[in-house]
Amino acid sequence: MEFAELIKTPRVDGVDLHRPFMPTVEGTLCLTGHHLILSSRQDNTEELWLLHANIDSIEKRFVGSLGTIIVKCKDLRVIQLDIPGMEECLNIASSIEALSTLDSVSLMYPFFYRPLFEVIEDGWQLFVPEEAFKDLESMTDEWRLSEVNKDFSVCPSYPSLLTVPKDIDDESLCKAASFRHGGRFPVLSYYHKKNGMVMMRAAQPLTGTNGRRCKEDEKLINATLCAGKRGYIIDTRTIAVAQQAKARGGGFEQEANYPQWRRIHKAIERSNVLQDSLIKLVEACNDQSHSMDRWLSKLEASNWQSNVKEILTTACLAAQCIDREGASVLVHGTEGTDSTLQVTSLAQIILDPACRTIRGFEVLIEREWLQAGHPFQQRCAQSAYSNGKPRSEAPVFLLFLDCVWQILRQFPCSFQFNENLLIMFFEHAYASQFGTFLGNCVAERVKLQLSQKTVSLWSWVNRPQELERFLNPLYEPNNLVIWPSVAPQSLLLWEGVFLRWNRSTKCLDEACQEMVHIIEYNKELQNKVNSLRRQLAQLETEESPLQTP
Amino acid sequence: MEHIRTPKVEQVKLLDRFSNKSVTGTLHLTATHLIFVESNSTSILHHHIASVEKLSLKTNGCPLLIQCRNFRLVHFVIPRERDCHDIYSSLLRLLRPVSYDELYAFSYNPKQNDQQREEGWQLIDLAAEFERMGVPCDQWQLTDVNREYKVCKTYPRDLYVPIMASKPIIVGSSKFRSKGRFPVLTYFYQEKKAAVCRCSQPLSGFSARCLEDEHMLQAISKANHNSRYIYVMDTRPKLNALANRAAGKGYENEDNYSNIRFQFVGIENIHVMRGSLQKLLEVVGTRSLSMTDYLVGLENSGWLRHIKAIMDAAIFLAKTVTVEGASVLVHCSDGWDRTAQVCALGSLLMDPYYRTIKGFMVLIEKDWISFGHKFADRCDQLDPDPKEVSPIFTQFLECVWQLTEQFPQAFEFSEWFLIQIHEHVHSCQFGNFLGNSQRQREDLQLKERTYSLWAHLLSEKQNYLNPVYSPSFAESHPVLEPSTQAYHFKFWRNMYHQYDRSMHPRQSILKHVLTLKDSNRELEGTVQALKTKLQKFSVSTSPLNRKEVQQEEDEEVFGEEAMEDAPAITGGERTVEGSSATENGYGELMGSFGSKNEPGAVTLEFGVARMTC
Repeated sequence: MEFAELIKTPRVDGVDLHRPFMPTVEGTLCLTGHHLILSSRQDNTEELWLLHANIDSIEKRFVGSLGTIIVKCKDLRVIQLDIPGMEECLNIASSIEALSTLDSVSLMYPFFYRPLFEVIEDGWQLFVPEEAFKDLESMTDEWRLSEVNKDFSVCPSYPSLLTVPKDIDDESLCKAASFRHGGRFPVLSYYHKKNGMVMMRAAQPLTGTNGRRCKEDEKLINATLCAGKRGYIIDTRTIAVAQQAKARGGGFEQEANYPQWRRIHKAIERSNVLQDSLIKLVEACNDQSHSMDRWLSKLEASNWQSNVKEILTTACLAAQCIDREGASVLVHGTEGTDSTLQVTSLAQIILDPACRTIRGFEVLIEREWLQAGHPFQQRCAQSAYSNGKPRSEAPVFLLFLDCVWQILRQFPCSFQFNENLLIMFFEHAYASQFGTFLGNCVAERVKLQLSQKTVSLWSWVNRPQELERFLNPLYEPNNLVIWPSVAPQSLLLWEGVFLRWNRSTKCLDEACQEMVHIIEYNKELQNKVNSLRRQLAQLETEESPLQTP
Repeated sequence: MEHIRTPKVEQVKLLDRFSNKSVTGTLHLTATHLIFVESNSTSILHHHIASVEKLSLKTNGCPLLIQCRNFRLVHFVIPRERDCHDIYSSLLRLLRPVSYDELYAFSYNPKQNDQQREEGWQLIDLAAEFERMGVPCDQWQLTDVNREYKVCKTYPRDLYVPIMASKPIIVGSSKFRSKGRFPVLTYFYQEKKAAVCRCSQPLSGFSARCLEDEHMLQAISKANHNSRYIYVMDTRPKLNALANRAAGKGYENEDNYSNIRFQFVGIENIHVMRGSLQKLLEVVGTRSLSMTDYLVGLENSGWLRHIKAIMDAAIFLAKTVTVEGASVLVHCSDGWDRTAQVCALGSLLMDPYYRTIKGFMVLIEKDWISFGHKFADRCDQLDPDPKEVSPIFTQFLECVWQLTEQFPQAFEFSEWFLIQIHEHVHSCQFGNFLGNSQRQREDLQLKERTYSLWAHLLSEKQNYLNPVYSPSFAESHPVLEPSTQAYHFKFWRNMYHQYDRSMHPRQSILKHVLTLKDSNRELEGTVQALKTKLQKFSVSTSPLNRKEVQQEEDEEVFGEEAMEDAPAITGGERTVEGSSATENGYGELMGSFGSKNEPGAVTLEFGVARMTC
C-alpha cells in the first residue's frame, strides 16, 4: 500500500501525551495510513485516535534527545507528544506531515472506513429533490423541476435537478446561466408557505463595465413576482465591492433593467478575509496572558464577532423582507457559494420551524450547502493553525454554525437539537470518516462515487443511539418565526468551539445534567400521576354499582 | 405632595431606547413613583432616578429623558411643554430629598404589624454568624471597646480581636489608622484557624510608626499557629499608596512590622470606578452599536479589567488563607470600599454558606452594612456629593455573578437575586442600606421605623432560586477556585440591560427549569395524595369511610387545579416573544428606500409585533 512508503517509523514506545485538562498518558504511538494512535496498553485508560486529516499543522522541538511534537488540529485542539529519540521524532513528524496533507481525495479515510454499525437508513437518500418538489407542488403550481443541468454542463456547481419558475423554459435558463458567474442562474431556495413569498439565490450577474443585460435573466426573476409586487435583491457585498467586480466582468443588477426590484447591499466579508479572522480569533483564545485589555482588543481585532453580526443581520433582513414585507427575495454575492448560502440557510432557520428539527436541519445542510455547491473541500482544507499561505480555505460553514448557535442561545426551547450537533458538524466538515463533506459540488461527488464508496454522515447521526446526544431536552416545537437580536451585547463568543480545549467544562456539564434530570423527572412524575389517576378511575367505576342503592 | 404641580398628563409617548418604536399612555406623578400607564404600566421609583433632562422642544412635544440608577433609561415625549416643565421641576425636587425622613422607607408600609417588622430585622444575627465561624475561641474574643462608638464611629459596636490585643493596644492602633479603623476580624477560617482581618491605611506618612499598631499585627499573627507571618494586602495600586504618604497616610513599612508579608493588589479607587461605569453605560447605550465599537468601548471603559482585579485579589486572599493557612489583613485607604469587596468576595470563595440565600444576606450585612460601607454616599441616597458616588457594591454583585457563570451549581440563588438586591440598594424602600454606618442607622431608628429587605426577599424566595443548585457541590468544592482567564469575564447583560427587553434571549432556560422544578414538587404531592386515596379506596367499605374519601377527593380537585396551573405556565413559556424585526435593527431598509423616493415604498415600521402561539 502506498501509505507504507510515507510511514518511516510506524511505532514508538514510551511516548508521553499531554492534553489540556487531562492527565498525561504514557504509551505506544502508532501511525497508520489514516490515524495517529496512542495507546497506554492498559485497560480502562483512554486512547487517542486522531485522524491525520484532522491535523492542521505540527511543530517540533528538541531538548537533548527528547523530541516534542505539538499537534494542532482542525477542531482547534492542541496536543503535545513527547517522543524519546531524535530520529524517531523526526520520522514521526515527517510522516504526519505527509499523511495529513495528502492531495488525492480518493486516499482519504472515508474510502477506507467500514462502519461497525448496521446502516439502517442510508443517509445518501436523506434528501431527494423530487420529494421536496412534491411538497412544494402541494403548496403552489408556479414552479417546475428542471433537468437542464442533468450532466452539470450548464452550471458545474449546481445539482442536476433545480427548481425554477414554471414559465421559464430550459433554453432561457441556459441563457440566464451564461449571464451569471459560474453559470449559477437564479433558482428557488425557499418557499414561505405563510404568504407564498420566495427566496432565490444565484451568483452575481456578469454585467461588466459596459452594463451588459440579459432579458432571460430579467424574465426569470420577474416570473417569481406576483402582479404589481416588488422584490428585494440582497447583494451580500458592499456597493463598493460590487462596483469593483464590474472590472472583472461581474457586477450587479441595474435598477433600469430590474425596475421591479430594490437592491440592498450588505457587507459580508469575502472568504479569504474570514480565514484571517478565524486565525486571529483562535490565537486570541489561546493567549495565556490573562490580561483583560489584551483579550478584548485581540477579540475585537479578529473581527470574528463582527462577521457573525453581519451575517446574522443580513439573514434577518432577508427573512424580514419575506415574512414582514411580503416580498420575494433574491440573494447573491459574487460566486453565490459562500455568503449567499449563509444568508439563505439562516433565513430559513428563522422563518421555517422545520429547519429547527434535527432532520430538517440536516436536510437544510444537504440542500443549501452540499447540493448548492459550497466548496467544502477547498474551504475546509485547513483550519486556524495552518502555516501555509491560504489558498481558498475559509470558515464560511463554521460562521454559519456560529450564527445558528447564536439563534439557539436566544431561543433555547425552539430547537430540537443542542449545541453538540453543531460542534459535530464543524468537526466533520473538516475531518471525518464519512464521505458527506468530501468534494466541492454534486458533480464531483458523483464522479467520486461517494454514495457507493463511502458512508454518509447522516447514516450515522440518525441512529437512535447517536441522536440522543444531540437532543435538546428543552425543545417545545413552535410554529413561529423567531427573530434574534443582533445587538452586539446579545451575541456571544461560541465557547463550545473556541474555548473548548482551553477550559474545564466539568462544572457546566454537571449543571446541564442536573437540568436534564429535572426535565426527565417531570415527565416521569406526570406519567405516574396519569397512571395513578387511571387506576383510581377504574376502582371508582368498579365500585360504583355497590354505591347505587 | 406640595411638590407635585401636575399629577397626570395624557397622551405621553414612551420611546424605545434602541428602536423607533413608541407607545402612548398616561403619565402619573405620585409622591413616591412616576407611573406610565398604557396596556401594561411601568412605574419608576423616584429614588431610582439618577437624572432628569429636558431636551429641546420638538414638533411632537417636549422630550424628557430620565436616567435611573438601575440602568433603566426612559425617554418620554410630553405633548405640551408646560406639562413637561411641571413634571420636570417636580421630579427635580422629588428625587433630591433633603432629609432622611423623606426617603421612601419611612413611608413604605407593607401592612405588617410591629412584631412581623421586628422579626424581619432579627433574621440576620451577626453574633450568631461569628459563632458559626467558631468565634469567640481561645485566640479571638469579642471586645466592648467600641460599645459607645467611641474608638471608631464607622465600625459596629461588636468587634472581634485577638485575645492578646489589650485595650491600650486597640486604642493606640486605632489612633494610627485612618478614621480610627483598626484591624478587626471579619472572617475566621476554622479549618486552619486563619483569620481575615480588615482595617484602614496606617497614618505612617514617610516615617511615622506606632508600637501599638505593630503589636496589634503581631497579636493577629500570634493568634494563628499555622503560619509564622501574616499577609498584609493593600488593595490599592502602589502609586496611590505612595501618594497617600505625602498626606501623612500610607502603608505598612515591612521593617517596622516583624512577620508581615506586604503586597499591593492594584484595585483602582472610587473615582476611577465611577468613570469606568459611566463609559461602559455610554457605550452600551449607543443605538445601532457596531461590534467593533462595542468591543473597543468595553475595553476602553476598563470595567471588566476592574472586575477581574477585584476577583484576582479575592482569589489571592482565599488561596492564602485556605492553602497556606496564613492570616491576612486587608486594607485600602479608609477600608470601606475595596476592602469590603475583597473581604466579602474572598469569604464567599472560602465558605459555601455565603453562597446560600441566607448566607449571602449575612455576608452583605457583615462586610458591607455593619463595617460601614457608605451606602448613602456611594448610592447617592441623600444630599449628594457626586464625587462620593461610586458603583463599588455593584462591582461586588457583578463579581458574584461572574462566579455563578463559572460555577452554576454552587449558588442557591440566581442572578435575579443579585439584581433585586441591587434594585433595593438604590430604592430606599427598606431600611437596610440607608445611611453610612451602623451608628447613623441607630440614630435614625431604622429598626423601629422601616422594614428589612431581607424579610421581603425571603418571602419571595422562590423567584430567586437557582434550579440547578446542588448543596452537595459545597462538599466537593468547599473552596471555589475560579479561572482568571480574561475570557471568563463577560458583560452582564441582565444587569445593565435589565429593562431593554429586545436585548435578551426570547426564551429563558432559567424560568423554564424553575417552573418545571415547581411543578415537580406539586406532582410529588399529587402522587402522594393519589396513593393514599388508592389505599383508602381498597379498604373503604362502610359509608362513613366513603364520605371521607369523598371529602378528600374534593381537596384533590384543588390540588389538581393547582397542578394543572403549572403546565399552563409552561405553556406561557412556550410563547416566543419575538420583538418586531425593526426593533432589532437589521438593516437600513428605510434609508435605502427613502433615497430612491419611491412613492409606494413599503414601510418597515411595524407596531409591537408580539407573536404568541
